[in-house]
Amino acid sequence: MTHRSRTRRLALSGLAGIAAIPLVLTGCSAQPTGDEAASITYWLWDSNQQPAYQQCADDFEEQSGVHVTIEQYGWADYWQGLTTGFASATAPDVFADHLSYFPEFVSQGQLLGISDRIEADGIDLDIYQDGLADLWHDQDGERYGLPKDFDTVALFYNEQMAADAGLTSEQLANLEWNPTEGGSFEQAIAALTVDVNGVRGSEPGFDKNNVAVYGLALSGNGLNASGQQTWAPYALGNDWYYGDTTPWTTEFAFGDAKLAETLEWYRSLQEKGYMPTVDIALSEQDPLNGYLAGRYATVTDGSWMNGSYLGQDDVPTKVAPTPVGPSGSRASLFNGLSDGIWSGTKNPDAAWEWVKYLGSTDCQDVIAESAVVFPAIKSSTEKANEAFAEKGWDVSGFTVQVDEGTTALLPIADHWSEVNDTVTAAIQSFLNGTGDPATLSDANDQVNALFE
Amino acid sequence: MSAPAMTRRPVPTRSTATGPSRTTSPRGKRPRNDFRVALVFIGPAALGFIVFFLVPTLRGIWFSFTDQNLIGAGEFIGLENYTRMFADPLFWNSLLVTLEYVFINIAVQTVLAVGIAVLMHRLTQSVVIRGIVLLPYLVANVVVALVWFWMFDYSTGVVNVIIDTIGLDRMAFFGNEATAIPTIALINVWRHVGYTALLIFAGLQTIPKELYEAGAIDGASEARMFRSITLPLLRPVMALVLVITVVGSFQIFDTVAVTTEGGPVDATRVIYYYIYQQAFQRFDLGYASALSVFLLVVLAVVAFIQLRLLRSNRSDLA
Repeated sequence: MTHRSRTRRLALSGLAGIAAIPLVLTGCSAQPTGDEAASITYWLWDSNQQPAYQQCADDFEEQSGVHVTIEQYGWADYWQGLTTGFASATAPDVFADHLSYFPEFVSQGQLLGISDRIEADGIDLDIYQDGLADLWHDQDGERYGLPKDFDTVALFYNEQMAADAGLTSEQLANLEWNPTEGGSFEQAIAALTVDVNGVRGSEPGFDKNNVAVYGLALSGNGLNASGQQTWAPYALGNDWYYGDTTPWTTEFAFGDAKLAETLEWYRSLQEKGYMPTVDIALSEQDPLNGYLAGRYATVTDGSWMNGSYLGQDDVPTKVAPTPVGPSGSRASLFNGLSDGIWSGTKNPDAAWEWVKYLGSTDCQDVIAESAVVFPAIKSSTEKANEAFAEKGWDVSGFTVQVDEGTTALLPIADHWSEVNDTVTAAIQSFLNGTGDPATLSDANDQVNALFE
Repeated sequence: MSAPAMTRRPVPTRSTATGPSRTTSPRGKRPRNDFRVALVFIGPAALGFIVFFLVPTLRGIWFSFTDQNLIGAGEFIGLENYTRMFADPLFWNSLLVTLEYVFINIAVQTVLAVGIAVLMHRLTQSVVIRGIVLLPYLVANVVVALVWFWMFDYSTGVVNVIIDTIGLDRMAFFGNEATAIPTIALINVWRHVGYTALLIFAGLQTIPKELYEAGAIDGASEARMFRSITLPLLRPVMALVLVITVVGSFQIFDTVAVTTEGGPVDATRVIYYYIYQQAFQRFDLGYASALSVFLLVVLAVVAFIQLRLLRSNRSDLA
């Protein structure tokens, strides 16, 4: 009897111990929000933004009593950690979400729908930059996140090299291009290109096979299906779009003649020696290094790179917007992030309160003041502009796209990872000269077949 | 040649334990006691094998017949994943790319490793040199890949700066479809050649010195001794080394994952990277499992053929 009762007691205490583990790990899961013990985990990948979000978390804890533990992982580890977290039921309660992963997460049922909560709490979605809030819903209209920030692309340029080429910042801010002879943009890029003998790309006797400074860098990271910091600003400015609609594109337009025409012109920049080849681009970590080493006069890149280009003293750098295309306006992809809630969270109420706080002016103004990214709320974007200006950075080359409404949203689609792989291969082979327009239309047929 | 010594080695223990002089009662007991003790010894390893190898393998095989995704149970779909695999051009491409990698990697690595091992064996017994030869192997794969990627950077990499300084054209090592796989293969040769050389070196130690002395007396050159003494007697060790390195080479993943991510175009989309993409980017665990099972079968066949061809269980040292 004693033996049995001892065993039972042991077993019970063991069970109690095991049962206590999740409580310790997730806080008092059953408690309503506002409870002092409530605690949630939040993941993000950008270490530059962590201090500002920590500030938000501290303010939030003071206000609500919910403790937020912020964990930061590098881009690649982040998504791997997240997916394995989903599979092993250890994912964070709330995490920063990206559009290229969002569709898969929705289709896998890993995100918590928040439409009811948005309605119940009367969240005004009009405070966000136009279109950003509408990116984060599924085909049935259920919402899965509130916008946190946005990015556009622009041209970072070496002020000294521009001056040497006789180009003023006014000229660089008002360039235009066309696919037939390249326009003033191509002329500027040619003038910025210098061969090993010091001859410019715009001058006779230029040796295109021995280039010392390329007028325009080519980002290997951008040679994919969205082409954000490579070909997309031109294609979008040439009356082209990725597919029928977004979010939830089901028919793509990678076989379109407008895209082929744009890419052909883009490829010609390599052939003329004004831009490095695809081979070179793919053998570099990031064009930033080449830019700082003086091998590139300009780099098309995203606003998330502001700190890297404008925050250094070695190369005097300014920002110019992307050139105006045949459509009569300039163009940039408009990419946004959101904060999503994992469907497996033990603490949906506290998680929602945190997401709501992240999407509020209280937090986004803090983000704005740190001058790292552009917050999604319109009034906070203004504040971010001021904060950037205080640092002496003129980032209007990025925001002009939003002000003038020349942005285009990233395509959001099921099977995006497969679409991206297929189209990336086609675009790379088109640009390195082994592919032709048929390569693009074949790839397009292949990706469209995924939706039949 | 007479029958090899190893196959004639008498098998001890059992025959003596159950010999005719034993009475029946201890005969019934002894084996059971042995069995218990054996269990204690085998237990931990067996448990590890079952938990970490057998169960995952069986589960993987089961998944390959289902439409398993990241979460939730998949449904049985028969051979659908396999028919899809054989019709998938990217799968065949990944297989070809992997074979190209394995061929370059193993051919260069084995020749270099034998060379280094023979040099160490015939010229020096220095532990310091052995240590230096092993050094690259001690650095993590991912670190090696990142450092080489950085050194091969077209604009700022030290290798290209040197190439440029001596008046040659810079090279896009990782960015060119033709050079990407050889580059990755040779980086891994750099990392593994020392380890392979040490394995072969250990094998060389088993060759009796008298044979070389006899060879020297007969007036054989170093090259002749290498061909007629070293290589034939090294065969069992070489078989083992080749099986290990070829199987390991097929599993190339990390270098690709941190450098080219399968590109340019599909030039470095090796089979393991393709499996990874299917499983962790597209969450198609069923299809990824089918690809893995195929690879398992291929590797088993490769290992079997190699062992048979090289008659690894027989030594010429008889």
